[in-house]
Amino acid sequence: MTIRHPIPDDLLMGYAAGHLPPSHDLIVATAVSLDDDARARLAGYEALGGALLEEIAEEPLRDASLDTVMARIKNAQPVTISQPEGRDDVLPAPLREAVGGDLRAVRWKAAGMGVKQALLGSDAGGTVRLLSIPAGQAMPDHGHNGAEFTLVLQGAFVDGDDRFARGDMEVADAATEHQPVADAGEDCICLVVTDAPLKFSGLLPRIAQRFLKI
Amino acid sequence: MNHLGSHALAKTEIPVTLVATDDSKRWARLLVAVGRERDTAAFEALFRQYAPRVKAYLMRTGLNASLAEDCMQDVMVTLWRKAHLYDPTRAGVSTWLFTIARNRKIDLIRRAGRPEPEDLPWGPEPEPDQADVLALAQETDRLAEAIADLPEKQKDLVERAYFGEATHSEIAAATGLPLGTIKSRIRLAIERLRRSLQADASGASVGVSRTEANDQGD
Repeated sequence: MTIRHPIPDDLLMGYAAGHLPPSHDLIVATAVSLDDDARARLAGYEALGGALLEEIAEEPLRDASLDTVMARIKNAQPVTISQPEGRDDVLPAPLREAVGGDLRAVRWKAAGMGVKQALLGSDAGGTVRLLSIPAGQAMPDHGHNGAEFTLVLQGAFVDGDDRFARGDMEVADAATEHQPVADAGEDCICLVVTDAPLKFSGLLPRIAQRFLKI
Repeated sequence: MNHLGSHALAKTEIPVTLVATDDSKRWARLLVAVGRERDTAAFEALFRQYAPRVKAYLMRTGLNASLAEDCMQDVMVTLWRKAHLYDPTRAGVSTWLFTIARNRKIDLIRRAGRPEPEDLPWGPEPEPDQADVLALAQETDRLAEAIADLPEKQKDLVERAYFGEATHSEIAAATGLPLGTIKSRIRLAIERLRRSLQADASGASVGVSRTEANDQGD
């Protein structure tokens, strides 16, 4: 799979360092599952963390620290990794985990004009949702108060001159007013993270926004 | 314990660039020994080396000394319990341990677990290829050297940005520099690290030129 619009470095570094809010962690883990190059870049940022750990000034331990830990490991069982159950051509493992199953388990809610969405999480740092746009249809024209990250899971969409397919991520900031249009042929399913509530330019979408929590 | 640190590279002449990798290789070998043989002496050596660093990292991310100590102990127990999953061709010990410490800390402050990328499909697991282990150990050492070689100001900035001790805005407030400058400096420092690694990889001499680096210092 060729990724033309890869996940940006600052998200990967934020994930590696452990700084991101949960909503953002989910889109990073999902994007990395679809993009081997992103996986390698993430490994690079994690290696940076390891190198900083080598360089850090040591902190003195509690007196009984080693004894306590040696006692604890005596009875500690090795961790067995559980293979993620099932497979799904659309949702990679971290998303199946978040959804609680495969694509059929997603609890979609109609968002008007055939668009469906499913809110997966919301925290102080942002909101994460699945969005399904009918083949050939445009998303409502919208700008944002903050950043918006859109990762394609199925189908594709065109926004201006750029086309985004599975594994591609579109990054829009507060200045971007855009109107993604789904490719004909297949509904486009995306994972979308917004830093702050979207602001729609039309009145109707703005009212809808209040109810849909887009 | 077996003869750790003695049998590698025994028959060939040791090129100068490989000498520095002894450390990373040694820790990797100890961790593999913990995984395969439940070697408590190897575990103790790893504990003495890394426990004080893991605790320091946790404190720099904002935990107090007591919480950091508890969390570090959990991390070291996890090292013991997961050692058999460690693959020396995929990560250095410090990197592997860093991700465990990071995840443990996030688990502490969040109720829900943290999403992780889908694991790569595991093939039949042969002996790790010694060439791969060595290559990774070299890379790890070069990265550590490149960081050690950064000008003090940049090193401090990278550490503070990475360990999350301060947000970019807080760094901006503390240094009196505009936010954009802070962000571009952090990028610059990381870019510099990356370039010095590439230079090393292509056989050039060690990393960062201090005079060049200092040009960016104000």
